[in-house]
Amino acid sequence: MSAAPIDLPRWANAGLVPLVSVAAALLVAGLVVIGIGESPLEATTLLLRGALGSAEGVSFTLYYTTNFIFTGLAVAVAFHAGLFNIGGEGQATIAGIFVALACLWLAPLPGILLVPLAILAAAAGGALYGFIPGWLQATRGSHVVITTIMFNFIAATLSVYLLVEVIGKPGSMQAETPEFARHAILTPMHELLAPLGLKLPATPLNSAFLLALAALVAVWALIYRSRLGYAIRTVGANPRAAAYAGISPARIIMVAMAISGALAGGLAVNEVMGVQHRLLLDFTAGYGFVGIAVALMGRGHPVGVGLAALLFGVLYQGGAELSFDKPSITRDMVVVIGGVIILFAGALDGLFRRVVASGLRFGSAR
Amino acid sequence: MEWVQTIAVVLDSAVRLSVPLLCAALAGLWSERAGIVDIGLEGKMLIAAFASAVAAFATGSAWAGLGAGILASVMLALVHGFAAITWRGNQIVSGVAINMLAAGLTVILGNAWYGQGGRTPALEGPARFPDLTLPLGTWAREHVPVVGTFYDEVVSGHAAPVYLAFGCLLLTALVLKRTRFGLRLRAVGENPAAVDTAGISVAGLRYGAVIICGALCGLGGTYLAVSQSAGFLPHMTAGKGFIALAAVIFANWRPWPALGACLLFGLLDAVAIRLQGVIMPGLGQVPVQAIQALPYLMTVILLAGFIGKSTPPKASGLPYVKER
Repeated sequence: MSAAPIDLPRWANAGLVPLVSVAAALLVAGLVVIGIGESPLEATTLLLRGALGSAEGVSFTLYYTTNFIFTGLAVAVAFHAGLFNIGGEGQATIAGIFVALACLWLAPLPGILLVPLAILAAAAGGALYGFIPGWLQATRGSHVVITTIMFNFIAATLSVYLLVEVIGKPGSMQAETPEFARHAILTPMHELLAPLGLKLPATPLNSAFLLALAALVAVWALIYRSRLGYAIRTVGANPRAAAYAGISPARIIMVAMAISGALAGGLAVNEVMGVQHRLLLDFTAGYGFVGIAVALMGRGHPVGVGLAALLFGVLYQGGAELSFDKPSITRDMVVVIGGVIILFAGALDGLFRRVVASGLRFGSAR
Repeated sequence: MEWVQTIAVVLDSAVRLSVPLLCAALAGLWSERAGIVDIGLEGKMLIAAFASAVAAFATGSAWAGLGAGILASVMLALVHGFAAITWRGNQIVSGVAINMLAAGLTVILGNAWYGQGGRTPALEGPARFPDLTLPLGTWAREHVPVVGTFYDEVVSGHAAPVYLAFGCLLLTALVLKRTRFGLRLRAVGENPAAVDTAGISVAGLRYGAVIICGALCGLGGTYLAVSQSAGFLPHMTAGKGFIALAAVIFANWRPWPALGACLLFGLLDAVAIRLQGVIMPGLGQVPVQAIQALPYLMTVILLAGFIGKSTPPKASGLPYVKER
């Protein structure tokens, strides 16, 4: 899409350009902090201390990181196929409904069967809800972007309907399902690590974090080490060349969107099965959109996605702590930073490549 | 004649609800006809709603609010233009960024300035647009059956931004169809190379379209905060920018059908509000969510080509690169 690409060494392209754009985004956030009359330095200190200063802080940070890994990977896989999946929120919402139904309906099963089945249900729900836009683009020519936007809203209204009218807990003021049985939930990390002699404070961090790490490795293997991944990247780079090479772009679009949706379903696994232990309205809370920033910043590579997810985990947890001390800096700051990162690392990529290229040229000329 | 009154009341609220949609849809239409895809309509309306509420509260004048709303929205539109036109960035990515930026900034600034969880203080008196009563309303209601009631209820009694929005619709239809600027603008969305060859600036035309788009979103956002409500609420656009996007697709990128689509979506909204909790004979309680999901569902079905065929501008979403 971009005109006259600016040639950069690989390390600069993969490392320096995202770093420069993130630094610029944080600078913008600093300006906003100054604008509301607070000190950015003090805010940064409070934020870092809140996110990394204690075992509890780190646990919370990793819990948020889990969400961002899943949604970031979802966007990244679609990117590799040349698709822009804005539907992470909707796919996670549907996955949440599937998880809740599995946990409630299959409750008689023992945990060792129930938990994997519920996780599979989440993946299936997300995959299905990602597959439909992919199928519509592949066979009917409607653009994935618009379809997934519309699907987000359809999923939201569907979940309101189901929670209020069908599967909601009777007599509850809040739109929520009954709580899942004890054996239907994911083990909290502090319980998981207790037998190893590690004492962690009780936090929402749970075994879904390990699932997220596994997903990072699996996506890396899929994209860079498998035949399907090669096909996905080929279609993303040049669908026509892919068709000449005997790869069906239509099939790959559908498969990539299904995988993307299944990964977004991981958000539901962490939030619904791991933390809330029931289905709540709007549990996706914008994680799907921040996932776009994570994927753009991480350049679509699982290592980059992992690091970017960690950064957003730090911002999220640190932001929560920060807003206790400085009520004027709410957690919405993370949304602003996410937006600016999407703008800088995504839409204004050309500008930042130019900046880095001229910086490198200046450096080598001296 | 009670049913006439009921229909008139529902239509009246449909008009009110469709005005923000109409503004945003016209905005999207201008931008996309020039080849710039804009999924940031939502964010621009939101920032306009916020800026207009802040300015109207500070100055006590609704018109100052409108000015501030348009200004804020145009600034965001220029960011989109800078990324999409000057740096040939991905227009979808830029639109997502603008939506997030607006969603976050409005809450942070609102919270920091007023400390009410992101709301702005309630607007009163001249800080809001008053409802304008058109002449002869009561006379028509008494002397002209049906039409008079509709005139008094549906056409008369709206605030200034409503009439402004319909004025913008007229202007949009006229300028796009009948002027040189409109012709060139449509051409730049179909075949920018041809426009460039004729010696006309592609970037200039596209920036023009993006600014008009910003101004229209500004009007829509201002209407939400300073006319429909009495102040800004966090996330008050609630997806209206995306319904407007759907309306543009529905209307096949043409102004008058866009009005039809917006009125239809506004009507659905009005009906959904009216049917909340109503038990229909034979149907039981009406699932209001189904009606709310209809615009999105209809758009998906339409785009998939199951009803009619959508033909977007050919160069929409593609950055223009001058050949060297």
